[in-house]
Amino acid sequence: MQNIQDLEKILNSELNTKIKSSLIKHNQIYLKIDETDLTEVILFLKANSKTKFRQLIDITAVDFPENEVRFKLVYLLLSHEFNQRIIIEIDVKEKEIVGSITSIFPAANWMEREVFDMYGIDFKDHPDLRRILTDYGFEGHPLRKDFPLTGHNEVRYSHETKKVIYEPVKLEQNYRNFDYESPWEGTKYIKEQTKE
Amino acid sequence: MAKETKTLNLNFGPQHPAAHGVLRLILQLDGEIVEKADPHIGLLHRGTEKLIENKTYTQAVPYFDRLDYVAPMNQEHAFALAIEKILKIEVPIRAQYIRVMFCEIGRILSHILNVTTQAMDVGALTPTLWGFEEREILMGFYEKVSGSRLHANYFRAGGVHQDLPKGLDKEIGKFCERFPKIINDLELLLTDNRIFKQRNVDIGVVSKQDALDYSFSGVMLRGSGVPWDLRKSQPYDCYEQFEFKIPVGKNGDCYDRYLCRIEEMKESVNIINQCLANLPVGPIKTDDGKISPPPKKEIKQSMEALIHHFKLYTEGYRVDKDEIYTAVEAPKGEFGVYLISDGSSKPYKCKIRAPGFSHLQAMDYLIKGHMLADVPAVLGSMDIVFGEVDR
Repeated sequence: MQNIQDLEKILNSELNTKIKSSLIKHNQIYLKIDETDLTEVILFLKANSKTKFRQLIDITAVDFPENEVRFKLVYLLLSHEFNQRIIIEIDVKEKEIVGSITSIFPAANWMEREVFDMYGIDFKDHPDLRRILTDYGFEGHPLRKDFPLTGHNEVRYSHETKKVIYEPVKLEQNYRNFDYESPWEGTKYIKEQTKE
Repeated sequence: MAKETKTLNLNFGPQHPAAHGVLRLILQLDGEIVEKADPHIGLLHRGTEKLIENKTYTQAVPYFDRLDYVAPMNQEHAFALAIEKILKIEVPIRAQYIRVMFCEIGRILSHILNVTTQAMDVGALTPTLWGFEEREILMGFYEKVSGSRLHANYFRAGGVHQDLPKGLDKEIGKFCERFPKIINDLELLLTDNRIFKQRNVDIGVVSKQDALDYSFSGVMLRGSGVPWDLRKSQPYDCYEQFEFKIPVGKNGDCYDRYLCRIEEMKESVNIINQCLANLPVGPIKTDDGKISPPPKKEIKQSMEALIHHFKLYTEGYRVDKDEIYTAVEAPKGEFGVYLISDGSSKPYKCKIRAPGFSHLQAMDYLIKGHMLADVPAVLGSMDIVFGEVDR
């Protein structure tokens, strides 16, 4: 098995201009790169005989709505030969289009579709960028932090029209988000209600 | 005059007994040959990841039971390990043994279900009836240890919720004595069965390279001849203390995957036996009062314990700012949790990597050129459970 420190050195020397930062934590390599270098770096990691990251484990995104560069895209790769994992991160602005890696890993197809569905990040040259997990005709991107937990629409069977209909969500009781960090000041929603 | 051919679009599912849940497959057929398969998933999407972001770490555990609901504890394991790695918690050795034992019980649960329902898909009903009797007993063990047959909510960061009740280890031991014979019976029905072989041998063949490219893991990868099992290659908890073999297939077809699962069940029984033989005594969760709740007795006497109890069940424990990916070898393949914590008592992001998602993605590649009747056989051998695919 190849040593993880050696592997980090190899990556840094072979890809030095493309790597923004690298870090070893929890026995895994965390790599930060630019969006423009994505396909090149992934292709290198997959094909190079010293790295052999031949399996794409997952692609996901993280939403930081307060940041100027809102999203972080995360690619998880695994090398069976060297028994190593790598986590590649790129920063993506809202409405920025990212290159698809489906030509390198066919498995990226659904993973990118999921990111598109959940976060609304577009992928260039993706063969079939449709929504995947949400309902047909769904609007919005559920895993964005500004998407409400309860969603916008609810579904029920209507006896009048004899079909399933969509209606705006109506809740008997609002979702209660208790603020445990400062319990003495009371929760926000109670304060708001008492003010009215 | 040339014969006019027309492709037929067939809508398979979402309510179909062979779809193993709520899969909608749009099949393009040329006669009986499948030209293209487009799986539509998400009919069981519950937004687990979004819900977890809004719950404390303790409250998030039951959501993992509801992913792959035929082997719940294996997934709780991945989540518990992620938190433990961030918080650097030592798990007491007895807890590790209990966790490994119940993960292997989960593996048997899942494999029985898969092997027997796959047999049912291709025409054999008896294995299902025999296999489900055993599942009932195993779920009894789940109930005895956690209080519920399916959604256990048993693993915690730092150990398990409660110790084994008295006598349970003997019962599990008895099961392990009897169960290899049941596997034998199932094998007598299936392994050399002419019909079963006709329906499975050389169906849904995956080459080594394609298995890697399509992110296959678990039996789907091993069936194609890649000797890769996270329990061996990246051992977690006390797996390195056990001796077990990793069955690997040769041809990568449905039949080899079936054989792998049968062998894995035997190995699981072997691991459980080793657990029972060397089950250490001692605590079953970490004694860090900031993470695991105090025993009931102490709450009555100690002020500190009372405060800890109150804080843990309202606010929950806080997890330092960190980012981690941990994976376990679940019965279906590599089940991973990518967790981002922000120092509060709720995860900032919790991405669940479900093995079935990648497997189902390859449906089009696997089924192209096969007959329509092979769709259930391939689907069955992929071991798809929609709880985890749709999340």
